[in-house]
Amino acid sequence: MLCQRCNQKEANVHITKIINGVKTELHLCDECAKQSEDINVNFPINFGMPMSFQNILDGFVEMLGGAPKTYEEEVCPVCKMTFNDFRNKGRLGCGRCYSAFSQKITPIIKRVHGNIEHTGKVPARTGGELKLRRDIQRLKEELKIAINKEEYEKAAKLRDEIRYLESKLGTERGE
Amino acid sequence: MAWFFSKSSDEGIVLTSRIRLARNIDGVPFPHILDKDSAKKVVEDVTSAILDSNSAISKDFDVINLKDITLNERMSLVEKHLISKDLINRSDISAVMINKQKNVSIMINEEDHIRLQVIYPGFKLKEAYELASKIDDLIEERITYSYDTRLGYLTSCPTNVGTGLRASVMLHLPALTITKNINNIINTINQVGLTIRGLYGEGSNALGNVYQISNQITLGLSEEEIINNLIAVTNKIVEKEKKAREMLLEKQSVELEDELYRALGILKYARSISTQESLELISKVRMGVEMGIIKDVNVDKLNELFVNVQPATLQLLEKRDLSPKDRDIVRARLIREKLN
Repeated sequence: MLCQRCNQKEANVHITKIINGVKTELHLCDECAKQSEDINVNFPINFGMPMSFQNILDGFVEMLGGAPKTYEEEVCPVCKMTFNDFRNKGRLGCGRCYSAFSQKITPIIKRVHGNIEHTGKVPARTGGELKLRRDIQRLKEELKIAINKEEYEKAAKLRDEIRYLESKLGTERGE
Repeated sequence: MAWFFSKSSDEGIVLTSRIRLARNIDGVPFPHILDKDSAKKVVEDVTSAILDSNSAISKDFDVINLKDITLNERMSLVEKHLISKDLINRSDISAVMINKQKNVSIMINEEDHIRLQVIYPGFKLKEAYELASKIDDLIEERITYSYDTRLGYLTSCPTNVGTGLRASVMLHLPALTITKNINNIINTINQVGLTIRGLYGEGSNALGNVYQISNQITLGLSEEEIINNLIAVTNKIVEKEKKAREMLLEKQSVELEDELYRALGILKYARSISTQESLELISKVRMGVEMGIIKDVNVDKLNELFVNVQPATLQLLEKRDLSPKDRDIVRARLIREKLN
């Protein structure tokens, strides 16, 4: 008897299943049997079919009122990918795509991570200036809070620190 | 295979700790749309960033172009968790740098230009991150990363953007699986921003009662926060596994002892055995040793078998290609020789 799945090799695994009184028989070869779900019934958990990011992405785009696929769309100036390419592949073309499709991609990122602000590691060499800017931004927010709370002494300290960092930013840029 | 052969802590429940950082080169299209010449340049730039650096680490690395090794050799690297299947799918342009200790691998032209991985035996996530971050800094001395002030490290798939960090632990949870408590854990884990998968990542089964738990969210949390979350959850799961083992021992000691010794019996005397069955049985014997029920089997031997019984590694050890049927026979012989 030939394997019912590949129709090429000799069937040497025979399975009889009775579900709700309905009997079905399956005759498979070694290879096909290994891949068959019917045999792995004793397996505790099957992670066999996870949702891929592409699967979920399309749902997000639709839910967020994304463009229909025929929409005239933006093209990334560096890699020439379009937003629809991203939608189909689930992968962006290059780092520049993030700003090229910013409007559409930011809500998706927010859905995935619940956040759109990186708070982790900053690359040491390219990140020096970025790190300074982020520190300044953070201090400015603290300054706002301090002023609102009428904590003027603290506010004065924060202001001095911001000035200091801003002057440092100037020297880093070679100004 | 240093990581697998080393003695593990936490009564062997945490098998390994792994850190993976995703990085890309500024201004270069991501690997999936990259032409061959540019891809080759990415490999050259990344390898020379490591090899030409004045760091002590740099001398430790070998560079392997995937197209230069056989399919079996590639698959064996996957079985040893040194590379991903995705890297194999791009074998025409991909490469990997592996250090002598075999606990650092730098995949080049995977889904991202750089996937830096550190894997340690036992529960050592912080140490693994420290080393990964150090190597990351070394690469960044020569390569300008694709990085955005707001979004962090930019990656091919938005699910990795931000820290680009995937921290994961590989856990051996036979008692939670036998008592079916694992299902509750799976549900809970998904609710706290972590994900649980089988032995070989996405889409794989929990072969040998081994599970991988990792963070899902990469943006908005710092590396430290991500790692601390994972450590906290792992501690809870380890505690639960220990409890489940105690419970089994208390309530069904004879049944348990019988099942574990039967597993050892099959491994010692079988003449033909599949990968799946051998991993299941090795898992049971391992639990038996860890619980002090089985006394005359060395855990290191079990660890070694856990990797060596898998198809590609098995064929590499035999130095020839085998049909599935022959593999089962050779596998049974290999296990017998190791355990008798």
